Amino acid sequence: MNQFKLRKLRNKLFIASLSIAAIVCLTPLIMVTSFMLQKGASSLDLDFFTKLPVPVGETGGGMLHAIIGTVYMVTLGSLIAVPLGLIGGIYLSEYGKGGISKALRLATDVMTGIPSIIIGIFAYILLVVPFKSFSALSGAVALAIIILPVVIRSSEEILKLVPKHIREAGLALGLPRWKVILFIIVRGNLSALFTGIMLAIARASGETAPLLFTAFGNMYLSYSPMEPMASLPVQIYTYAISPFEDWQRQSWAGAFVLIILVIGVNLGARFLLNPKALRDFFRRSSS
Amino acid sequence: MLQEQTLQVKVNKSFAKKLSGALGDKVAKVLMQTVALFILALLFLMVYLLFEMSLEAIKEFGFGFLVSTQWDPIMEEFSALPFFYGTLVTSILALLIAAPISVMVAIFITDILPAKLGQVLGLFVEMIAAIPSIVFGLWGLFFLAPIVREQITPLLKSILGFLPLFQGPSFGIGVLTASIILAIMILPTITSISREVFKSVPQHQKEAALALGATREEMIRLAVLRPSFSGITGAIVLGFGRALGETMAVAMVIGNSSRISASLFAPGATMSSVIANEYAEASAGLHLSSLCYVGLLLFLVTLVVNSSARFIVWKFSPLARSARKDKRA
Repeated sequence: MNQFKLRKLRNKLFIASLSIAAIVCLTPLIMVTSFMLQKGASSLDLDFFTKLPVPVGETGGGMLHAIIGTVYMVTLGSLIAVPLGLIGGIYLSEYGKGGISKALRLATDVMTGIPSIIIGIFAYILLVVPFKSFSALSGAVALAIIILPVVIRSSEEILKLVPKHIREAGLALGLPRWKVILFIIVRGNLSALFTGIMLAIARASGETAPLLFTAFGNMYLSYSPMEPMASLPVQIYTYAISPFEDWQRQSWAGAFVLIILVIGVNLGARFLLNPKALRDFFRRSSS
Repeated sequence: MLQEQTLQVKVNKSFAKKLSGALGDKVAKVLMQTVALFILALLFLMVYLLFEMSLEAIKEFGFGFLVSTQWDPIMEEFSALPFFYGTLVTSILALLIAAPISVMVAIFITDILPAKLGQVLGLFVEMIAAIPSIVFGLWGLFFLAPIVREQITPLLKSILGFLPLFQGPSFGIGVLTASIILAIMILPTITSISREVFKSVPQHQKEAALALGATREEMIRLAVLRPSFSGITGAIVLGFGRALGETMAVAMVIGNSSRISASLFAPGATMSSVIANEYAEASAGLHLSSLCYVGLLLFLVTLVVNSSARFIVWKFSPLARSARKDKRA
């Protein structure tokens, strides 16, 4: 009997410690969000979105150039990476047996694990050294290399889930294979593919390390791909380690905007683009 | 004239037909293979360029790069040891904090909580991964560092102050703060992989344990944790790989000092943080080249760690092994 009680007690202690672990795990998330809400939201004003930085010492100004820069470089990077990544992912899922695809799968794994700062070095050697100037293009290429393996991976995983009989049905109708792939398999999974792409882009838009010495950052508005360009993360970094209080205030505001942007795209990709996931979640588990 | 045109159309039609048929398949396949080869070439180019850039430093310092302790851009003496040490210490400390918590959270999600609640908790944990590194850095600099300085340090000193690890003054920013931030950042990685591992435990094994009268805790220990031991190890090693390469958050809170110090309160630097801090300003060829050398070493270390994680999961997991057997049978 005693033994029995002891086991029950141990069971209870175990579950209690698991719950404590869950609380400990969520605490930083809550602390970061509340810190951002408190410091970031209160530092935010309209000027932040519509004005350029003012010279050191003056208060005010905003980060319009950095917001535009982030959108610019992330868009450019996605334009490079998404088509390549999609084709790579389709290749892996549809022709995944040969030597090239095995090598590609391995390369994708390796690329996913490369620290983003090293991708920054690579883009620096590839595009900054020959042109002798920091440039938005090199930043975009660095972001593209970060997006690429994630898109390959996610599209391969998604397309692999398509049942074999759907492919066979298409082929049995006499369609050539590329039409089956393009108009049946890809077409039918567009929203899932798009979710994967958006998650990759969300991740890339918060990256700082690869932009530090590629796009570098500047204090004015620039649209040229061959010039240095500001980005939200790098601007936050520069302001955060500066000794000026007004700059630190703006860096909190910038972080707040960045976190809303990244988490917004992330959650949007998960649920809005994929209404089935949301529906499944709210459906009763019995059905 | 008219005839010629119809002929033209006919030719076009047959060409279009060919394109939509066998020829189209060939074109599509060649296109995909080209893209695949291009991506492979990109990776090789990356490693090659990194190697080429660090050649100057490799020639100058060779393997002594990992032995000497001097990193002095003005005297042009470079060594990666302080950063290697910093990376190792912060990552291991982060693992010590994060691994138990994340494995427990993963069990909590898969085996204790009702499915829907588990999904919600899982989503929250994944949101931690979505927060950009720079935001963690900012939070660490302005929120966590003062807490470490004023609360955590005195506490640790009073309990463990006799160890050299916990001696010396604390400025808030230092190895300990960086490790805590890293721990938070790798939590979601380890949790989500462990969740996958626990999910792959067959339901009937759990039910068998419960049917034998095991409590939940005993069931989890016997039927869930034991068969997934290697999977958990793999998850932890992958988390380690993630911690090694993390840059911005660490660069902002570690204090950037290239001196090796026994105390966890002292400032330090990691391989990635030194690159982030010095690369844009490095003008001398040797300095730049040494930073690339550090990058090359970091790349190799993460490569080894990540591939061993995959290897562990693939080779030693009994679940995976039985799946492989099933496939063969």
